[in-house]
Amino acid sequence: MMVKKFRDTLTGLWSLLVGLKVTAVNFVRPEVTVHYPRQTVPSLEGYRGHIELVPSQDDPFKSKCIVCMTCVRMCPTSCISVAGSKPKKKTAGKDQAADADSGDTPKAQKAKPELESFVVDFTYCSLCGLCVQNCPTGALRFSTDVYLAGFSRQDFVFDLLGRLQSQAEHKEQ
Amino acid sequence: MIDAIPAPFIVVSVGLAAVMAFIGANALVLVYLERKIAGFIQRRPGPYEVGPQGILQPVADGLKLVGKQLFTPKGADGVLYWLAPMISIAPTLVCFLVIPFGPRLQIINSNVGLILILAFTGVNVLALCIAGWSSQNKYALLGAARDISQSVAYEIPLLLSVLPIVFITGSLNLFDIASSQGPWPWQWYGAYQPVAFVIFFICALAETNRNPFDLPEAESELTAGFHTEYSGMGFGMFFLAEYAYMVVASCLTAILFLGGFQGPVASGWWWFLAKVYLLLLLIIWIRWTYPRVRFDQLLNICWKWLIPLAVLNLLGTLLVIAL
Ligand code: SF4
Ligand code: SF4
Repeated sequence: MMVKKFRDTLTGLWSLLVGLKVTAVNFVRPEVTVHYPRQTVPSLEGYRGHIELVPSQDDPFKSKCIVCMTCVRMCPTSCISVAGSKPKKKTAGKDQAADADSGDTPKAQKAKPELESFVVDFTYCSLCGLCVQNCPTGALRFSTDVYLAGFSRQDFVFDLLGRLQSQAEHKEQ
Repeated sequence: MIDAIPAPFIVVSVGLAAVMAFIGANALVLVYLERKIAGFIQRRPGPYEVGPQGILQPVADGLKLVGKQLFTPKGADGVLYWLAPMISIAPTLVCFLVIPFGPRLQIINSNVGLILILAFTGVNVLALCIAGWSSQNKYALLGAARDISQSVAYEIPLLLSVLPIVFITGSLNLFDIASSQGPWPWQWYGAYQPVAFVIFFICALAETNRNPFDLPEAESELTAGFHTEYSGMGFGMFFLAEYAYMVVASCLTAILFLGGFQGPVASGWWWFLAKVYLLLLLIIWIRWTYPRVRFDQLLNICWKWLIPLAVLNLLGTLLVIAL
């Protein structure tokens, strides 16, 4: 009993020295933080910024979104608003479709809806990722935009479609 | 005109001014060292923005503290509240007066220097107690209560570990104690009295409320303990006092156990400062290594280990001296 107590004490004392060694070793190892304004992180892989639209393969100005509204319904804080021409139901009459959208009739028949606006209010977003996970076409992903600073709340209501298009324009130049 | 002023008065006044400068300069250096070391141990740069490598950060912090409004919380006892930080810092000035920094660098050579330091550092308990009591804040009061029981407990092994040295040298004069040791490490009392050395150092940590014994200001449970309500220079003085007590404790350890100003090759104040700063670095290192102990653990360490060990060590020493 007594012996055990003393042995415990000795191992405890030894652990104190081990602890000092741990901190001493870390003291001399190089620092891992980044001096932000002067240096930036080399890779933002895995960083969860606000959501953004994924451009479709054949046209970088268009998104993969098919306006299914899953993300709008999924979002726990209702911060996504999507507008677009709804996918045409197959039962819909031909003339009805032609009435609504005479120029795009061939497209509409292929049931390819057009995304018209995709707005996310980032001030409400909790970055839960439900929209990204549940999008059937993989049209959403997290951006790696770290530099989000603004002067008003309006600065954080992002027009993602416009953003996609301006990014595509940027790339083309 | 000058003749009318007694010489000791001049010596003490100049000495006090020098001590104040010393305390201030030390606090700046130590704050910087502490934050840098903490940074490096946690693998970050520490203060970096103010001045090259953040060297002016302590100055900026100090100026900020000086510039803050003095504010007395509602319901606090104004007189006691502002008296407490002063009571905390004042005794440190006296402590430095009797410390022999070098063979010829001591302001007052007192025959009871050791007692004087131990007595005056004890006053700090009173200051913290008053601070906690007068703040009208439950966290401050709890911090003060903790400080008192901690200090009372650790004063006993502290004194018991000083006694062997006093018996060996037969003197309470710090200068005599320092100069009775040889220049080489194996001639220092730390080599004769390793147990007393370790006990003294642990108790010094506890008495100066340093981690892992900083329960009176345990920020995770007591906000800031006894100085919760203090801001500006009220807090600044407690802060200064804490660092000053740290330096006093290191000085005392260096004198009692590490040969004071004695050192290989060339004895002098440089050896003393080097030893003191090594001890201070050790204290800082310890702070960023160990977690804070629980209160029952704190008292168990003292009553179950340090006091019996110190008593045994004292008895053993007495036996050897008697033979
Ligand atoms: S990440 Fe979550 S909260 Fe943010 S937009 Fe998507 S579903 Fe809504
Ligand atoms: S879930 Fe995907 S496809 Fe559906 S509306 Fe949202 S982004 Fe578009």
